[in-house]
Amino acid sequence: MSAHRVVVVGGGLAGLAATMKLTELGVSVDLISLTPVKRSHSVCAQGGINACNDQTRQLGDNEWKHFDDTVYGGDFLNHQPPVKEMAFWAPKVIELMDRLGVPFNRTGEGFIDRRRFGGTLYKRTAFAGATTGQQLLYALDEQVRRREAEGLVRKFEFWDFLRPIKDDDGRCRGVVAQDMSTMEIRAFPADAVVVASGGCGLLYGRSTMSVFCNGSAASRCFQAGADYANGEFIQVHPTAIPGSDKLRLMSESARGEGGRVWVPRTPQDPRDPTAIPDSDRFYFLEEHFPEYGNLVPRDIATREIFDVCVNEGMSAEADRMCVYLDLTHIDRRELDRKLGGILEIYEKFQGVNPRDTPMKIFPAVHYSMGGLWADYQRSADGGLEPGAPQNQMTRIPGLYAMGECDYHYHGANRLGANSLLSCIFTGLFASPSLIAFAENAGGSYRDVPESLLASAVKAEQDRHNGLLKGEGDENPYLIHQELGDVMTRTATVVRRNDQLTEALAKVEDLHQRAMKVHLSDQGSWTNQNVIFAKAVQDMFPLAKCLLEGALRRDECRGAHFKPDFQKPSLTADSHAERRQQAEAWCDAFEENNRKYLKSTVATWNASTQQPELSYEDVDTSLIPPRPRLYGLVGAEVIEEVWKERAAAKQSDALNKNNPNQPVTTG
Amino acid sequence: MIAQESSTKNRPPIKVRVRRQDGPGQEPYWQLFSVPHEAEMNVISILQRIAAIGKTVDGQKVAPVAWDCGCLEEVCGSCTMVINGRVRQSCSALVERLLADQPDEIVLEPMSKFPVVRDLMVDRSRLFHSLKRVKAWVPVDSYYNMGPGERQSRKQQEYNYPLSQCMSCGCCLEACPQFLKVEVEREPGETEEEFEERKQAAYNKGFIGAHAISQAMLFNNHPTGKALADDRLGALTGTGGVQVCGNAQNCVAVCPKEIPLTRSIARAGRSATFYMLKRMFDR
Repeated sequence: MSAHRVVVVGGGLAGLAATMKLTELGVSVDLISLTPVKRSHSVCAQGGINACNDQTRQLGDNEWKHFDDTVYGGDFLNHQPPVKEMAFWAPKVIELMDRLGVPFNRTGEGFIDRRRFGGTLYKRTAFAGATTGQQLLYALDEQVRRREAEGLVRKFEFWDFLRPIKDDDGRCRGVVAQDMSTMEIRAFPADAVVVASGGCGLLYGRSTMSVFCNGSAASRCFQAGADYANGEFIQVHPTAIPGSDKLRLMSESARGEGGRVWVPRTPQDPRDPTAIPDSDRFYFLEEHFPEYGNLVPRDIATREIFDVCVNEGMSAEADRMCVYLDLTHIDRRELDRKLGGILEIYEKFQGVNPRDTPMKIFPAVHYSMGGLWADYQRSADGGLEPGAPQNQMTRIPGLYAMGECDYHYHGANRLGANSLLSCIFTGLFASPSLIAFAENAGGSYRDVPESLLASAVKAEQDRHNGLLKGEGDENPYLIHQELGDVMTRTATVVRRNDQLTEALAKVEDLHQRAMKVHLSDQGSWTNQNVIFAKAVQDMFPLAKCLLEGALRRDECRGAHFKPDFQKPSLTADSHAERRQQAEAWCDAFEENNRKYLKSTVATWNASTQQPELSYEDVDTSLIPPRPRLYGLVGAEVIEEVWKERAAAKQSDALNKNNPNQPVTTG
Repeated sequence: MIAQESSTKNRPPIKVRVRRQDGPGQEPYWQLFSVPHEAEMNVISILQRIAAIGKTVDGQKVAPVAWDCGCLEEVCGSCTMVINGRVRQSCSALVERLLADQPDEIVLEPMSKFPVVRDLMVDRSRLFHSLKRVKAWVPVDSYYNMGPGERQSRKQQEYNYPLSQCMSCGCCLEACPQFLKVEVEREPGETEEEFEERKQAAYNKGFIGAHAISQAMLFNNHPTGKALADDRLGALTGTGGVQVCGNAQNCVAVCPKEIPLTRSIARAGRSATFYMLKRMFDR
């Protein structure tokens, strides 16, 4: 029998990578998931996974540049040591996944093929057709099944995680979960717990996320005392297919393989798109961003598409907003080989062949950069200390967060093809930390007091029974719709303080109503109604973090965009005046960073049912923050001024005899 | 997200007939629902509307229909059911097309080859168990950094990738004449572990199914995976193995991912024959 037992909540890439690694280290794992783990949301990731590689290295790339692209793309809100460690692990992660049987696309010579993705100029992205997430997940699922067959893993699929169990010292000693068929509520004692429960897209009603991505597991940890950080940073993906039940992702890889985004120069040009000549097409991303073209970071592409449709009135259709994503100029065989999966999705759900007709797409809520606050131990070289118990640990000792539900890898905006990497990386890297924790903390899952387990189960049984007997008259499905509407209207691409204030009041009202639901099913067998009602109730603490965080952050950073606090382009014509404006711009930038280059950290106050926000410094010690200037008028002058300042700072630093501080000025 | 719906015309509501069942071993029954006809609906949005409405066409208040779904873009394999008599994913079952084929109503039933949990939800654990029977994994030494895997040709990748897209949805099993339902009920006094063991023993007697045969061929074609080739062929030549296949070819016809299942089965048949001969001579 294993010395240690760990509970892993969630069976996507992060949860499975952790399970796989833990079993290798001799730990037995209870794996709890809302769905058979092979069906987790990671299967929806399409485009690929980033790592510098032999080819890009010879073009000047290295791990440090991957790290730099990630923090620059994230507008410097990422803690740098974890990102650095991740970038340096990336090539090793790809090699491991290759060994596990992931059918990565191959070059003619049999090497792993790569494509370009957003926010970088290098071809770093390894891919398996256009279903890379699915293929990576399956490889991990297979290893976990192998360990299950060996008796090291017990799977609890169709089980809903309800709460972490905390002892008198505040340490996490296991979890309470519920069988979604029998409705049995049970305690799972453990030496440590991993929550790898993914994102919270369902707060928005419809998004690119799967139906299980309701944020309930993260919310339940948050309500139990784990902090929630950077909730306001929600990635809106530039290209998705609008739908009435879901907004289906149309991968960035479509642009990585040469796809072009455009609208007709004449708004709502009635001609068939293929009959519109190039001269009558507005390739707005290519015109506005000559260097990155269609592959600017996602937050920027999203705002451009939004702007073209909403503010310029140039949507391709009159009665709904969309732009063209065009692949029709690319060789068909190449398309099928590299993008087959996503072309099939478009074909099946829209009934149109994207090889012949440009696709119609629009932005959609896609990824939560924020999540459970998690710690790390910085190493002497500026990365992470392997095996340190703090790595990925939340504020609740013994409770760890990994994957999309943690907060520190992607800053204010995630780069495409970095999410699969962060999930697998955290699972692999941080698993030894759990063992170190368990050994330092002492005790065992075998001797968690029975009374502690029983009282945790009872608390959840009471909640469950209370909901079944509910005297209220609210319909949880309609409450969810209303929540989705208000979140989508006020907290996606463009944010305004008056709307956010209004949204907070509305969400408060909905929260109170959600506590008075009436269930149409009061049965005790496969009651999806009550499971859903609990998930909806638990969306509100996260929704409040998100709105409050957005309201209090009066700046533009990555995916968080407030036009009222936008930094202006330079307007002067003469170079001298522009220089002056650029100096002022840089002063304002530095001032703004002093105030807002901080993680938002929310603590839940159970008595007021409100989050309490505080602000935490971001570790930017490896790469000093610099302005993100994609497409800004006058960018070159600002860059010039900025480089001079950075150089001055560097020589100051050197004079102070502090050569350990590498400075990059980009 | 922010896209506005295209205007919905004044269309009559959609009639949806659902075969319901309150739990394992209980009698199934039918209910008829009426759902407003909106633009761009699929069977998922129909079931979502039914949950929100909570009433049958006669105004009877009923519990929401239980069903399983996940990604809603036909890549997770959750939402398999029988729609108008045909097994498929409900997310990609578009209402306009269903109505074009059969205008009066849409009929939803659970898969018949798996035990019903409730309504349209079935227990497909047997399907995942079959993946254990054929050891559908690459037996790597460790998860440490050991450098890259063996170089593979593009041809080999193009052979393996389609097989690797199997999402364990179960369509091939529902359509297969040789794959029969195995339903094991927990006996009073039986522990969870005892019940699990008895269930797996029962599964082991049944046909393993096209999906698992195809996965066995996938891993037998992987440079490291083929180390277990004989174990897999052993499973495929045992009880419920590839010889049970009656060559109806229904599996390949219903596979939503268009996986060449019959090619895998033919290949498994040939490999199994060689394996049996080899074993005979090795004896």
